[in-house]
Amino acid sequence: MFFNHFGKFLLMLKGMFTKPENHKMYWKELMHQCSELGIGSLGIVAVISVFIGAVSTVQTAYQLVSPIIPKETIAQIVRDTIILEFAPSLTCIVLAGVVGSKIASELGNMRVSEQIDALEIMGINTKAYLILPKILACLIMIPMLVILAMVLGIWGGRFAGEAANILSKETFDRGLLLEFVPYNVTFALTKAYTFAFIISGIPAYYGYNVQGGALEIGQASTRAVVTSCITILLADYALAALML
Amino acid sequence: MIEVKHIRKSFDDKVVIKDVSAVMDTGKCNLIIGSSGSGKTVLMKCIVGLFNPDAGDVLYDGQDFTHMTTQEKKDMRRQIGMLFQGSALFDSMTVEENIMFPLDMFTSDTRAEKQKRVDEVLDRVHLTDAHKKFPAEISGGMKKRVGIARAIVLNPKYLFCDEPNSGLDPQTSLVIDKLIREITIDFNITTVVNTHDMNSVMEIGDKIIYMYQGEKEWEGSNKEIIFNKNEKLNSFIFASDFLHDAKDMRMLEMRGKISDDRNMEDLLNK
Repeated sequence: MFFNHFGKFLLMLKGMFTKPENHKMYWKELMHQCSELGIGSLGIVAVISVFIGAVSTVQTAYQLVSPIIPKETIAQIVRDTIILEFAPSLTCIVLAGVVGSKIASELGNMRVSEQIDALEIMGINTKAYLILPKILACLIMIPMLVILAMVLGIWGGRFAGEAANILSKETFDRGLLLEFVPYNVTFALTKAYTFAFIISGIPAYYGYNVQGGALEIGQASTRAVVTSCITILLADYALAALML
Repeated sequence: MIEVKHIRKSFDDKVVIKDVSAVMDTGKCNLIIGSSGSGKTVLMKCIVGLFNPDAGDVLYDGQDFTHMTTQEKKDMRRQIGMLFQGSALFDSMTVEENIMFPLDMFTSDTRAEKQKRVDEVLDRVHLTDAHKKFPAEISGGMKKRVGIARAIVLNPKYLFCDEPNSGLDPQTSLVIDKLIREITIDFNITTVVNTHDMNSVMEIGDKIIYMYQGEKEWEGSNKEIIFNKNEKLNSFIFASDFLHDAKDMRMLEMRGKISDDRNMEDLLNK
């Protein structure tokens, strides 16, 4: 069963790479998807990042009760936790729900209402025209969203630190610069690209191959989100084991 | 002309099309009729290449479509227009954008030229005030007309219509039938219509293929269908008592037994 789906998934990816019928139309579709999937997710990513950062600061301070540990350590822990885990993984799990269900239901609806057949009849490679722009848009936009999540998460932590009277902004800023490892950002972006592919590819597969009606679209959407989330967690562990 | 030679198609163990051969003539409305589940939609999808038949060939003006490469099939499909059962309009686009889509994709015309072509086809299907409306904002009959307009915008040589009258009232159905017939004659294209609407059969059926349980059961014209002797076909087309009585009246009329309106009324009152 797994290999059957995996084989079909690989064939779907292979089918995407053909000469576009019209480069301008494909570019237009890519830009449309960047706007829909990327800009459209900006709000939820911003809200989640700020609050996760704020909660991280408060909870880290709660656990670091020893007076011999400097306050800057709180900022260090918040920074590394956000860069290494919260910004790429948590953001992408949320995006798997937001973007994944959107991709699966959009393609599923197009399949059920024969819109995909209509494009095929016109002589358009639907895998290339409908799926490739979605995957590319996610590969472009999701790493950007992850970087934004890092910045907003750290800002949220900094703001909460001062608001809760845990540590001053100056102390937080000093902590941010202590023992900063740039490789952590490279690792986070590697995760972001991997998760972006998972978030777009798996829902596209489920949506494109829907058979039936409204019920099956809902089922495909749910299955796409669940499978994407599990795959993200597996990939998260694999990348951590390989790269750290 | 489209030739279908010994087409077979099955899904898992279920055989849906059993060795069907037929010829669809140019400049005529070729109807595939049959009850639900008789295999007419699968046959049409095999002809246009949405399904790959298990065996047999489909020839478009002598060119073997079944064994073409993917690129050759894509090129051939630009000569094919299709109206789907649910119209299959793109939800996110307006009526105008739906029709302009094939032009955007396959022509290098200027914006003004494309707009002119869109106006022409919308005028052809008698829709002049729906340019900026979305599919969700128009009626079922209008959707079908937009579907036809999109199908003919690239001047196809072959037009396929899958259940063009499904979900439409009898009056709107007549409008759609008339439109399909006019387009077939005006552009001299090969039109294949999938239907189980007997009005369509009598209105536009230049050539009729009756499918029964995956096989071609009968072939003829709308003039021949009334007097056919095929039991299965007769039980399909005269399924209602009203049509059965209408057939009897028509037979009597043909034999000269009904000479005036009074006799017709007598027959109806029986």
